[in-house]
Amino acid sequence: MDKSVKIEVKHLNFYYGNFKALEDITLDFYANEVLSLIGPSGCGKSTFLRCLNRMNDLISISRVEGNILLDGLDIYDPSVDVVMLRSRIGMVFQKPNPFPKTIFENVAYGLRVNGIKDKGLIENRVEESLKLAAIWNEVKDRMHESALGLSGGQQQRLCIARALAVEPEILLMDEPCSALDPIATQKIEELIHQLKKSFTIIIVTHNMQQAARVSDITAFFYMGKLIEVGKTNTIFTRPNLKQTEDYITGRFG
Amino acid sequence: MSNKRRITERTMHTLFFVVASASIVMLFMIMIFLFMEGIPIFDEVSVKDFIFGKYWYPTSEPPDFGILSLIVASLAVTLLSALISIPLGILTAIYIAEIASKKVSEIIKPMVELLAALPSVVIGFFGMVLVAPFLQNVFDIPTGLNLFNASLMLAFMSVPTICSLSEDAIHSVPNSLREASLALGATHLETILKVVLPASLSGISTAVILGMSRAIGETMVVLMVAGGAAFIPESIFDPVRPMPASIASEMAEAPFRSAHYHALFATGIVLFIFTFLFNIVADHIAYKYKQVGEATL
Amino acid sequence: MSVSVPSLQRRRNFLQKIVFNVFCLAALINGLALFIIVYFMIANGWKAINWTFLTQPPVDSMTKGGILPCIVGTLCLSIGAILIAMPIGVASAIYLNEYARPGRLIRVIKLGINNLAGVPSIVFGLFGLAVFVVWLKMGVSIIAGSLTLGAMTLPVMIGSTEEALRAVPDTYREASLGLGATKWQTIYRVVLPTALPGILTGTILGISRAAGETAPIMFTAAVFFTPSLPVSIFDEVMALPYHIYVLATAGTEIEATRHLQYGTALVLIFLVLGMNLIAIIYRSRLRKRMQ
Repeated sequence: MDKSVKIEVKHLNFYYGNFKALEDITLDFYANEVLSLIGPSGCGKSTFLRCLNRMNDLISISRVEGNILLDGLDIYDPSVDVVMLRSRIGMVFQKPNPFPKTIFENVAYGLRVNGIKDKGLIENRVEESLKLAAIWNEVKDRMHESALGLSGGQQQRLCIARALAVEPEILLMDEPCSALDPIATQKIEELIHQLKKSFTIIIVTHNMQQAARVSDITAFFYMGKLIEVGKTNTIFTRPNLKQTEDYITGRFG
Repeated sequence: MSNKRRITERTMHTLFFVVASASIVMLFMIMIFLFMEGIPIFDEVSVKDFIFGKYWYPTSEPPDFGILSLIVASLAVTLLSALISIPLGILTAIYIAEIASKKVSEIIKPMVELLAALPSVVIGFFGMVLVAPFLQNVFDIPTGLNLFNASLMLAFMSVPTICSLSEDAIHSVPNSLREASLALGATHLETILKVVLPASLSGISTAVILGMSRAIGETMVVLMVAGGAAFIPESIFDPVRPMPASIASEMAEAPFRSAHYHALFATGIVLFIFTFLFNIVADHIAYKYKQVGEATL
Repeated sequence: MSVSVPSLQRRRNFLQKIVFNVFCLAALINGLALFIIVYFMIANGWKAINWTFLTQPPVDSMTKGGILPCIVGTLCLSIGAILIAMPIGVASAIYLNEYARPGRLIRVIKLGINNLAGVPSIVFGLFGLAVFVVWLKMGVSIIAGSLTLGAMTLPVMIGSTEEALRAVPDTYREASLGLGATKWQTIYRVVLPTALPGILTGTILGISRAAGETAPIMFTAAVFFTPSLPVSIFDEVMALPYHIYVLATAGTEIEATRHLQYGTALVLIFLVLGMNLIAIIYRSRLRKRMQ
C-alpha cells in the first residue's frame, strides 16, 4: 500500500477563550488508514477531531494557532471555503443524529445542498451509499419513512451513509458507537474495515478494545497534549512511555 | 457554484441583520415621533409647570396643562396593584415550581397563561359591571369606579407576568443546591425560603419590575374603571385619571395639532419614560446577575 | 437527635404545612379569577348570541342587531398585524439565534426588543397616529391599524420563534454543516422545518394578542360605527374590543345595550381564549415529543 500523507498537522494550539485546550499537536494522517484517538475524557481528542473540519469555528470564543494541511493546503487559510472543505471531510457524531426527514431525504441531503439536481444521479448515489454503509437491505423497502423510526444502530449507519453520499475523502468519527449496543457496535466496526479501502478514517474512541480492533495507528492524548503515537500493535503491546502504558492497562482514566 | 453559494450566504446574513434591527428602528421611531408631536406643548407651558402643575383643564379658556395629578394617579394604581400582584404572583410561582405535583402545575400554568391572554377591555368591562357595584354597596361609597377597583383589576393583569418570569427564575436554580439543603436536615419550606428564593432573587426582581411596568402602561382598565377624575387622590376609594386613560379618552376630541393634542403626546412621553426606565432597570438586573453555571448566584 | 426533639420537628412540619397551603391558595386565586370572569361573561352573554347577532350589522344607533362588522374588522386587523409581524419576527429571531455571535451588538438588539415589548399599548396608539395615520397619510384605516398592531406583536413573535429555534438540537446543525451545507441551507432545509410547529404556535398567540388589543387601534383603525364591511385596506373598521368599550362607556343607552356588551365580550373571549387554548395544548404536545 502506498503511504501518502493525507493530512499534516503542525504545531497546533487551540484555545477556548483563555483556556488552552490543545497544545502543540504535530501529527500526520496517511491515506487509507484508520487512525484512532484515545485518552481520558476531556483530554482534547474530540476537540482535535473538530479542528480537522473546522467545526470549532461554530464556537465564537475559540482560536487556532499552527497549521493543518490537507493535501498540502492549509485549511485555516483565509481563502479556504469552509463549506467546500466540509464536503471533502465527512463527519459522524457521537449520538446518531438523523434529520427528522425520510430515510431517502437524509442521504440525499448532502447532495442537494451541494447543488446536485439530477434525480437519477441522486437516487443512484443514495442507493450506493446505503449499500456501502451496509444498511441497504434493512431500509430498501421503507425509503420514504421517517428516519427517526430506525433503531439506534441503524440510525448511526444511516448517518454514515449520509456522510458517504457526498463522497468525502476523509471520514471523521466522534465516538460513533458510544450510544450503541454491542451488536450494533460490531456492525459499525466491520463497516470501518470495509470503508478504509476508499477513505482515510479518523476515529475518536473511549473504548480501547475498539481502538485495538479497528485502527492501524493509535494516538494517545492526555491533558490537551499528544503523548504518543504509533502503530496500534506497538502502542497496545510495547508503548514507549509509562503514561501511555498506565492508561492502556487501566491504571488511570 | 461555490461563488454563488458564498454570495447567497453573505446576502442572507446581511438581510437577516437588517431585519433584526427593525425592532430598534421602531423603538427609535416611537421616540422620535412622540417627541416631535409632544415637544411643541412646551412653547405654551414650561416643563416644570407641565409635570408639577396640579391642574389639568385642557379645554378651558385659558387651558391648564399640569399633569401632576395624572402622574400621581398612575403611580398610585401601580403601587396599589403591586401590593396585590407581587405576593400573589410570587407565591403562585413558588407553588407551581416547587410544591405542586407535575399534574397540578400542568393545569395551573395554562390557567395563568389564559389569565394573561384575557383582553384588557374584557377585564375593564368586568371591573365596570360587576366589581364596581359590588364595591359601592359593600363600602357604601359614591362610586365603585375608583383607584382601588382599577388597582385590583390591574393586579390580575400583572400577576401572569410576575408569576411566569419568577417561575423561570426559580426553575433555573440548580437542583444540587436544593439537595444540599435537604441533606443537611432542612425542611422543604426552609429550603425554599433560605436557599431557592435568595438564589433566584434577581430573576424575581426582574419579574416584579416588568409586572409593574405592565401595570403602569395598561390603558383600557384604567380608562374604564379608574373613575376619570383628574385630582390627586386622598383615599383609595377616590376616582382617579392615570396618564394612559387621559390620553385614550381625550385624543379623539383634541383638535389636530392643537395645544391639547401636543399635551397628550407629551403625556405619552412621560409614560414612555416611566416604562423605559422600568425596562432598563429590569434588563440591567437580569444581565448583571445572570446565573452562569452552578458556582455563581 | 430526632428522638430528643420531636416537638421541634413537629412544629417545623406543621409550619411547612400551613405555609404550603397559603402558596396553594395563591395559585387557586388566579384560577378562580379566570373562572369568575369567564363564567360571568358566559352566564350573561350566551343569551345575546344567536345567528342574527353574528351575521348582522348593528341597527337603531347600535341598540339592536349584530356585530358582524366588528368580527370582520377584528379578523382583518389581527391577520394584517400578523402578516407584518411574522416575517419580521421570524427573520429577527433567525438572526439572533443562528447568525449573531454573543457580543455588544446582540445585546443592544435584545435590549431594543425588550423595550419595544414594554412600550405601553396607548403609546403604540400615539405612534400609529403620528406615523401611519398622519405622516404616511394612510388615514384611519385597516392598514394603519395593522401596522401599529404588528409593531406591538413583533416582540411576541420574536420571543416565541427564538424559543422554537432553541429547541432544535444543535446536532442537526452540526450534521448539516458537516455535510458541506452552508449556514443558510442548514437554516431553511433543517432548522426551520424542525422549528415550524413552534413558530406556528407563536403565530397563533400573536394573532390572539392582536385581536384583543384596544388602545393601539383607537386612533388608527377603529370607528364607532360603520354599517358596511370593509372593501379595501384603506377603509376604517369596527372592532370587537373597541365596540365593547364604546357600548359600555359612550353609547347612547348604556344600560339598554348591556346584553349586547356581554355578547360582544363573550365572542371576543371565545376568539382569544380559543386560539390560546389551541396554542397551549399544541405546544405542550410538542414539548413532550421533544423530550
